Amino acid sequence: MTDHSAAPNQKRPFWTIARKDAAAGFLFIAPQTLGIITFVLVPLGLVFYYSMHEWNVLASTFTFVGDANYQMLLRDPNLPPVLLASAIFSAGLVVLNLSLALLLAVLLDQKLKGIVVFRTLFFSPVVVSLVAWTIVWSFLLQANGGINGILAVFGIEGPNWLRTPTTAMISVVVVQVFKNVGLNMILFLAALQGVPKELYEAARVDGASPFKQFRRITLPMISPTILLTSIITIVGSLQVFAQIAILTKGGPGVSTTVLVYYLYQQAFQFNFFGYGSTLSILLFLIVAVLTFIQWQMRKRIVFYEN
Amino acid sequence: MRTDLSPRLRVALYGLMCVLLIPFVFPTWWMITSSVKPISDIFAFPPDLWPRRFDFSTYQRVFELQPFARQYWNSAYIAAIVTAGTMVVSSMAGYAFARIKFPFSNAIFMIVLLGLLIPSEVTIVPLFQMFLGWGMINTHWPLILVPIFGAPSVFATFVMRQFFIALPGELEEAARVDGLGRFKIFWTIALPLAKPALGAVAIFTFLHSWNLYLEPIVFLSSTQMFTLPQALTQFTDAYGGAMWNIQLAAATMTAIPVLLVFIVAQKQFVEGLAHTGLKG
Repeated sequence: MTDHSAAPNQKRPFWTIARKDAAAGFLFIAPQTLGIITFVLVPLGLVFYYSMHEWNVLASTFTFVGDANYQMLLRDPNLPPVLLASAIFSAGLVVLNLSLALLLAVLLDQKLKGIVVFRTLFFSPVVVSLVAWTIVWSFLLQANGGINGILAVFGIEGPNWLRTPTTAMISVVVVQVFKNVGLNMILFLAALQGVPKELYEAARVDGASPFKQFRRITLPMISPTILLTSIITIVGSLQVFAQIAILTKGGPGVSTTVLVYYLYQQAFQFNFFGYGSTLSILLFLIVAVLTFIQWQMRKRIVFYEN
Repeated sequence: MRTDLSPRLRVALYGLMCVLLIPFVFPTWWMITSSVKPISDIFAFPPDLWPRRFDFSTYQRVFELQPFARQYWNSAYIAAIVTAGTMVVSSMAGYAFARIKFPFSNAIFMIVLLGLLIPSEVTIVPLFQMFLGWGMINTHWPLILVPIFGAPSVFATFVMRQFFIALPGELEEAARVDGLGRFKIFWTIALPLAKPALGAVAIFTFLHSWNLYLEPIVFLSSTQMFTLPQALTQFTDAYGGAMWNIQLAAATMTAIPVLLVFIVAQKQFVEGLAHTGLKG
C-alpha cells in the first residue's frame, strides 16, 4: 500500500486492493445495515417521539404532551399486575425451561440404543407450528377437555385451567416450555458432549460420586451455555404473544396479561398509539437492563470460556 | 457422564424418558385424532385415544369456511422468500464483518447487533405507521421486508459471522494471489464451505416466518391475505365458540408437512442448530 520506492513517477491506480476491499465490505453490509436503520433504529426513534404525544386516531389529532404518557404509566392501575404477570411468566418459564432442558440433555447423553428416536421426539414440538400447538393445548385445557377427561378417569376433578388465575398462568408457562425446551436441550447436549472425558475419569479415580461429578465438573464446564440459553430464553419470554392471545386473552382479569399483550391491546385494540409507544419504551428498557445484568453476571458466574 | 449402564438402570432410564415424552408427543397425537372425530365425540368421556367414529368431512369444511388454500400459499411463499432473502443478506453481511477490513466495521457491527436487543414488539407501533404511510397495510410487504432486512435477520448475520471467523484464511489468500475479486472469493470459496451454517440459518428463518403471529394480525385485515397462524384462529361459529374438529383439521394440515420434513432430515436439523455459531 505505502510502497514509495517503486516507480515514484508512475501514477498509482486509485483502486488499490485495500480500497477495493473496503468498497466491497460496504456493499456487502449495505442491505443489512440499511435495513437495521430503516426497520429498527428509525422506528425506535419514532416510538420515543410518539410516546411524548397524545394521538387520537378517530379525530386524527397528534399533539405534543411531554411526559404526560409517562405520568399516566406511573398511575396506570393495570401496570403493577401486568408487570407482575410478566415477571411470574418469565421467571417460571426460565426456571422450568432450563432445568427440564438440562435434565433431558443429561438423559440423551447416555449410551442407550435408540436414543436418537427420543431426541427427535423431544425436539419435535419446536417444528410444530406455534399456533397449531397452542390451539391443541387450548383444546386439551378446556374444562371438559382431554386433560380433565383423563384426570376424571382416575377420579380426580380437574380445575377449569384457563379460567382460574393461578392455573391459567401455570398453563401458559407449561405450554410454552414444552413447545421450545427442545432448542435449549440441544444446546445443552452439544455442551455436555464437549466436556473432555478425561475430567470424569480423573474424578472417578478420586472416588467422586456421579452427583459430585455433575456439580463440580459438568455445571462449571457448561456454564457459558447456561448463560447463553438463559439470555435467549428470558428475552424470548418477554416477547410471548400468540400463546396468551389464543389461550387466555390475558385473563382471567389481567392475571396473564404480560407486557407485550398489554401493549398490543392499548395500541391496536383501543387505538392508544401514544400510550402504546410509552409501553414499548418500557419493554425496551426492561430487555436492555436484563441483557446488561446478564452480561455483567458472565464475569462472576461463568467459570470457563473458550 | 457416558458410562456403561447396568441393565436395571437402563430400563429405569427408558421408563423415565417414555413418561417425560407424553407432553411432547400426546398433543400432536390428540390434534390428529381429534381432527377426524365428529363434533359430538370431541368431548366424549372417557376420552377416545382412537376415534370411535371417523368424520373426514372436517378437512373439506376447512376449505369451505376459509380460503384455506390461498392462506396456505400465502404462508408458504412468504416463508420461502424470507428464507432465501435472509440467507443472501446475512451471509454477505456476516462474511464482510468477519473477513473484510473496512473502516468502522466494528462500530457498524455493534449497531447491527442492536437489532438483537430491540425485539420487533418494541417497534411494532411505528412500523405499523410507516407501512400505513407507504400504503402497504393489508399487503405482505411488511412480513417480507422486516424479517429479511430488520431485527429478525440480525441473529442470522451473527451466526454467519461466527462461522466465517472460524474459517481458515489460507484458501482465500491463495485465491487473492491469483487475482480473484472479493465477490468471486465469497461466492466460489467461502459460501460453499458455509453450507452447514446456511442450513441452520434457513431452518430457523423458515420456522420464524411460518410461526409469525403478532405481525400478521397487526398488518393484515382481509381473509384472502391471512397467513396460516392467523387463519387457524378463525374457525369459530356464529357465537364465537371454537369449531374444534375443523380447527384441529386445519392445525393438522399446518403442522404435519413441516413435522415430516423434520423427521426425515432430523440429523441436519438438530446438529445444524447445535453446532453453528451459537457456541461462539
